[in-house]
Amino acid sequence: MSVGFIMLVHEALDRAAQVARHFCDHAKPVVIHVDKRVDDASFNWLRQKLADCPDAVFCDRHACEWGSWSIVNATQTASTIMLDRFPQVRHVMLASGSCLPLRPVKELERYLTARPRTDFIESVTTDEVDWTVGGLSQERFTLRFPFSWKKQRRLFDANVRLQRALKYERTILDGLVPHLGSQWWCLTRHTLSAILQDPRRPEFDAYFSRVWIPDESYFQTLARLYSSQIESRSLTLSKFDFQGKPHVFYDDHLQLLRRSDCFMARKIWPQAEGLFRAFLTQSDRMPNVVEPNPLKIDRLFSRATERRTRGRSGLYMQGRYPNDGWENGKTAGRYSVFEGFDDLFENFDSWLERRTGNRVHRHLFAKDRVQFAGDVPVYNGGLSDSAALRDYSPHSFVTNLTWNTRGEHQCFMFGPHDAQDISAILASDRNAHISVITGAWAIPLFHSNQNFADLRKEAARLQRIEGAHLDLLRTGLTKARVSIWSLAEFIEDPMEKLQMILDELGGSGQRRLTEVPRMADLSGFGQFLQNLKNQGMSPHLMGDFPVIEGETRNDDQHRPYLVK
Amino acid sequence: MGLLKSYRLRLERRRWRARAFRKRRELTELRNRTQQIGKRDVLLFCTLRNERVRLPYFLSYYRGLGVDHFFFVDNGSDDGTGEYLADQMDVSVFQTEEGYKRARFGVDWMNWLQMRYAHGHWSLTVDVDEFFVYPFCDTRPIQALTDWLDASSVRSFGTMLLDMYPKGTIETATYREGDDPFAVAPWFDSGNYTIQKNPKYGNLWIQGGPRARAFFYDNAERAPAMNKIPLVKWNRAYAYVSSTHMLLPRGLNLVYDEWGGEKTSGCLLHAKFLDVFKEKSVEELKRNQHFANSHEYKAYNQGLSESPDLWCQWSEKYINWRQLEILGLMSKGNWA
Repeated sequence: MSVGFIMLVHEALDRAAQVARHFCDHAKPVVIHVDKRVDDASFNWLRQKLADCPDAVFCDRHACEWGSWSIVNATQTASTIMLDRFPQVRHVMLASGSCLPLRPVKELERYLTARPRTDFIESVTTDEVDWTVGGLSQERFTLRFPFSWKKQRRLFDANVRLQRALKYERTILDGLVPHLGSQWWCLTRHTLSAILQDPRRPEFDAYFSRVWIPDESYFQTLARLYSSQIESRSLTLSKFDFQGKPHVFYDDHLQLLRRSDCFMARKIWPQAEGLFRAFLTQSDRMPNVVEPNPLKIDRLFSRATERRTRGRSGLYMQGRYPNDGWENGKTAGRYSVFEGFDDLFENFDSWLERRTGNRVHRHLFAKDRVQFAGDVPVYNGGLSDSAALRDYSPHSFVTNLTWNTRGEHQCFMFGPHDAQDISAILASDRNAHISVITGAWAIPLFHSNQNFADLRKEAARLQRIEGAHLDLLRTGLTKARVSIWSLAEFIEDPMEKLQMILDELGGSGQRRLTEVPRMADLSGFGQFLQNLKNQGMSPHLMGDFPVIEGETRNDDQHRPYLVK
Repeated sequence: MGLLKSYRLRLERRRWRARAFRKRRELTELRNRTQQIGKRDVLLFCTLRNERVRLPYFLSYYRGLGVDHFFFVDNGSDDGTGEYLADQMDVSVFQTEEGYKRARFGVDWMNWLQMRYAHGHWSLTVDVDEFFVYPFCDTRPIQALTDWLDASSVRSFGTMLLDMYPKGTIETATYREGDDPFAVAPWFDSGNYTIQKNPKYGNLWIQGGPRARAFFYDNAERAPAMNKIPLVKWNRAYAYVSSTHMLLPRGLNLVYDEWGGEKTSGCLLHAKFLDVFKEKSVEELKRNQHFANSHEYKAYNQGLSESPDLWCQWSEKYINWRQLEILGLMSKGNWA
């Protein structure tokens, strides 16, 4: 009772020789198929190298092209020799030249001996697979594939499209239920010989020779006809990336491979000297009967695929520059923009920072320089306070800021005095939370000591800028979460609105507001607006303010605008 | 891309190649060891002038990565650079006294040597102060990367130039022959780079870092380009257009993913800001042989004569490639 190995070799012959010798040293027969495209000198070298191994046999060579029938043909030839020449063999394991046994052969033998009638072959119906290259699964069996996927991709694709359009379909042979799976199997003599000696084999072969990638379906389908017990998994650890190309193992995977307890792994990088040395020379330990557990490796590779296909949200770098709409997150994290708040409240930024623990900047987009929190000249990640550098690419500025401060929540002030190029970017970003008190910019004007004509001009200018900004925020394309109040609306009940903002910022568990920022003195503000109107300007963004004060608020005379 | 545009780029590429072919006359062989080159060897190409002191570490770094053969163009050194290189067994040296600027900052010479010797090879084009870092470079030789790129049908590999600087003024970063430059200049900026797409060639245009922060504070668009594509599976039909920032055909510039994913990419650690740079920048300014009328060097020299300290509170200290990966300055992509 024993196990024999079939090796399909087409490159790195020295490594194949090393592995074949390893099997022979443990008295296990090996049948080697060398791709016909390997030159004779190399083939003879390999023969020579294994000349002293009586149980290493070479079979007839076929030229094997990826995804073609020739690989199945080669496997059949080698299997026939294996079954004929080595009658003691009970399980046959198919391996490639870039496979490496991770556990001692004895352990594999013991494992198989305990499961004498089990065929280890991943075999899944076409409805269940989601890993097929090019999305072809069932269609592998029903379309025709005269063109090479690797060399004639355009023709290949066009041909598939054409057949789909024409609704062309081959009939699947009677009695066959198409199954797919990893091409690296370990079958019992019983099943393998039944497949090879089937009276219908010419018919099957003729059919599968026209199926796409038959090495992933021939044995996988036929084993279902004869096997008494199929374990639908491969004993060979072999993972494919999103392009359908096998992941490769290197020296730095040594510990990971050791702990996986898999019997065989591919592909090994031929120059991974450390892996070959470690696994081919390990002394026989106490036979270990644990089941293979490739979970950690699975995770590693699925993370890699995820990084390649989805990437890290909010990251822009030399390897990732998503087209508009494909960023899966324009920025790396949520942030809040406050407009008008610092005009209405004194020291709003320091109050907000105390209340929420978030990083609160002043006007990041101020025209003269970037006003980082703490007024520093350089911020996280080396962001400069230079307005020129910032305005050179406002988009990069915001994405850099959020990327550099991943895990923190950034807040900053914004208003019509600031550089406005960023507006469109903020509006289109799901991570932005924008709270606006419209018209609050009039408060500093109201308190300033300028000539009224200048004030009027300035008010008109600011209103125009803020108006355009608000139009942008109100379009249907805006993805940011936007709350807009007019100044009049906001001061009706500022406590409630501040509480709402804090709740959103701080999540749950926030206590009620106790300390509130001091509101600017607005007595006479209604008259100020009326004066603007009288001068021919129409200040509308502030909402409606009564011209005469005190009618509604006379009980608050002493501290009229301090919020409790 | 329209047919016309595509045709124009093809013409442009032919022009660059013809120019490189013409410029071959400017190069004389000092030592040609190209017969040693094996079929699968990884080649390195470099133009330099008076960099003798940097060479021992440079060569040992790239030998350590697994580069098999080096090509140098020695542009008129008088400090023994050429002789030193000629003595190295894995180096071929070519010499020229012609203008660096007229050879488009060495690109024509590189294009010629690559056309002649690099066809079918993975070819790494770097300056003598640029050190290539790629995912797993501490455990896997460069052949592991190029084999994987071959298997993935990828022909070019993108990087970002990462300026490294000392803490303190540049004079304090004393560099001695054979030293690891990043022992004295281990700091870098991690997150102040701007990216745009170049519509003509399809490459990304990255700017930023400490140079932009310190020297181009008011003049952002003139800050130097940091995007580089140094590693290419060369074909004699290819041509670098401007330094290693971009190539033709333009498909080679698509080293970034546009659908949200990350392509495997690396960094070129730039060991520029050492004490040896100061003398150099005075000299280079005199020669006026650098890009954009040496605008960069003028800016440095102005900055450097006031001895600026590029270091700031937010500077990161270099540890290894994994750190750069986490910071988002490079990516493993789907190479695991």
